[in-house]
Amino acid sequence: QLSLFRLTLKRLFSTSHPSVDLKEMKKFQRLAHKWWDEEGEYSALHSMNDIRVPFIRDTLLNMSSNYHLGNPLSGVKILDVGCGGGLLSEPLGRLGASVTGIDPLEDNIRTADQHKSFDPVLAKRIQYKSSSLEEIVEESMETFDVIVASEVVEHVADLEMFIKCCSRVLKPEGSLFITTINKTQLSYVLGIVVAEKIMGIVPEGTHEWEKFVPPEELERLLESNGLSVKTVNGMLYNPLSGSWSWMESTSVNYAMHAVKSGLQGQSSPTDVPSEVESEQPSATAGTTT
Amino acid sequence: TSAVMAAVCGRGLLAPLSGRLWAGPRVPLRSVAAAAPLYDVVVSGGGMVGSAMAAVLGHDIHFHDKKIALLEAGPRKEYDRMPDSYSNRVSSISPGSATLLSSFGAWDHVCSLRLKPFRRMQVWDACSEAMIVFEKDDLDDMGYIVENDVIMSALTKQLDAVADRVEVFYRSRAVGYTWPLSSYSCDTSPWVQIELADGRRLQTKLLIGADGHNSVVRKEAEIKNIEHQYDQSAVVATLHLSEATDNNVAWQRFLPTGPIALLPLSDTVSSLVWSTSHEHASELLTMDEESFVDSINSAFWSNINHSDFIDTAGAMFRSAVSLLKPSGTAVRQLPPSIAKVDPDSRAMFPLGMGHATEYVRHRVALIGDAAHRVHPLAGQGVNLGFGDIACLAHHLSAAAFNGSDLGSLKHLLKFETERQRHNVSLIAAIDVLKKLYSTRLAPLVLLRTWGLQATNALPPVKVRI
Repeated sequence: QLSLFRLTLKRLFSTSHPSVDLKEMKKFQRLAHKWWDEEGEYSALHSMNDIRVPFIRDTLLNMSSNYHLGNPLSGVKILDVGCGGGLLSEPLGRLGASVTGIDPLEDNIRTADQHKSFDPVLAKRIQYKSSSLEEIVEESMETFDVIVASEVVEHVADLEMFIKCCSRVLKPEGSLFITTINKTQLSYVLGIVVAEKIMGIVPEGTHEWEKFVPPEELERLLESNGLSVKTVNGMLYNPLSGSWSWMESTSVNYAMHAVKSGLQGQSSPTDVPSEVESEQPSATAGTTT
Repeated sequence: TSAVMAAVCGRGLLAPLSGRLWAGPRVPLRSVAAAAPLYDVVVSGGGMVGSAMAAVLGHDIHFHDKKIALLEAGPRKEYDRMPDSYSNRVSSISPGSATLLSSFGAWDHVCSLRLKPFRRMQVWDACSEAMIVFEKDDLDDMGYIVENDVIMSALTKQLDAVADRVEVFYRSRAVGYTWPLSSYSCDTSPWVQIELADGRRLQTKLLIGADGHNSVVRKEAEIKNIEHQYDQSAVVATLHLSEATDNNVAWQRFLPTGPIALLPLSDTVSSLVWSTSHEHASELLTMDEESFVDSINSAFWSNINHSDFIDTAGAMFRSAVSLLKPSGTAVRQLPPSIAKVDPDSRAMFPLGMGHATEYVRHRVALIGDAAHRVHPLAGQGVNLGFGDIACLAHHLSAAAFNGSDLGSLKHLLKFETERQRHNVSLIAAIDVLKKLYSTRLAPLVLLRTWGLQATNALPPVKVRI
């Protein structure tokens, strides 16, 4: 009886939260406690931090004139949609941002909460909520400076609704960062056949090629919802070294940065350089007074 | 699933492929330590290398909001004024190390206290005429002889300057370390727990072991250490020259019993580092000052170990070399003679060699003598430690700017790879040199004689060194 009750709830949930795909949720349920094993099922996501965090950080620093290199994202309110176990929320929190991480799967949120609890600085800076994007739209209109949706849009049921919601909770001239997988023959070969079936880089069944999103379509959806695309960069995973790098072609993975138009309906005047390096070693020391 | 997870964690069955995620004895499940203060980095060991590590991180812009602690077992030493007499513990600081020290303002303090730059290094064999001279063409300094106390004074000043970020715990010896079970399990604290002798506890995201060649951090982490004791002790002393001179040359002569080195401290004072057998070292310490001075002068000047055979062979080689490369052999200078030794400046300490098989574990890194211990014959000991610091600080700074977990093996392994690649060949070479020069056997003497002469004649090889 309990299971029937839960099934009914889930059905109600899915009709009012079209951005959440229940089948997708089941896939991630099984691995809810495996998030933080750097060598485990999520190792590729862990190493993706090496390029996506600098990408977000440097894009935001380039648009701002007022920051401290010791706390570069201080004062920035970030929404991490589909935060999973908090793999991306934590580095952003360490860089000084106030992060709200949402994920429809309760077990993911539980893992994320527990992992951050040991670090008092992170525990304060990051708040996790088990929730869909639609659920928070009402109370979070134009609340966030930045939205990050990394490796999420390929799991979403209604992409247009998802983007509309992003636009609503984003402040004018706020930034949206998306990383996802292109829908090409190459992405089928590398992203599904090799990654899932042959090399086991990603657990089998994680992705469905049908739901992959070509950058042109994503760009169209963004532009038609008041978000101006500033940067598109291809990403490549090297399974031998376990590391990610930037590449010209977006035929497999790619990252996109878009900016919500300002109050007057004009797009943001600042131009973001489209060339991004993978890892930027900073100065080893700087005098601080 | 959570019950299963707990059982598995408790038995430590979660084994990563690399087997390296955690170190030391397994600890049973227990509740999170109550409010022991949490630091981002704790450096264990407040010697030259440990203090410099803490200072470099404290001055790093990306560590601006981080909390660093330095644990030192001894008391805080006040270095307000340097005594007039020179200390008998000195180090040869390479230009690279000087660059590191100036990157956070310590080198200026060293220069304002006292140091002796040297331009030339003459190294020669007691058993033959073979000699090698190092000097830089551009008249730059080759290196600097600095008293260890001067370096510590400079480091202490720069630590004081970032006291809001770096907390130094004096008279605080760590007696126990508790390692986290793994990077991702359960309810136990993911941090390294440190227990001090007085019962205080600290937690840290990254523990850096800079606690010397008998490193407790290394032992507790159960990192295997390749080591052996040399049958040698080093005798140090502060010497006064017979007459004032430019004194900008470092001298080292390889005696069969071990190398004797004279390092300039001022125009009239030099520091002695004489590596020799334990018995001879004890004798040197107990004999009267006049005999001690005589021993030193004789060690540098006497040709008693020469044999005709070697001399002829050496001379032949030298003429052969000068046919091929006319400017190949340099002029041999004569080392200064010693007039007297500072009373109470004689001391000795045993020598050995050591190399840790791993420099890093999850949330742990070893630097300095804790990672590698070498013979003083090449004057590299502390420079290797400063090189470790430069490399580790570079990776930690980048990790901090990326918002990474500072204790993550990903960047710690990069540090280990870089430093082991650099250190292993140098440590092995020093060990080989030590053994090669510890003999009177003709074939080996000939080998090293010709080797030294050849190396002296070949500019590319010399520049590398």
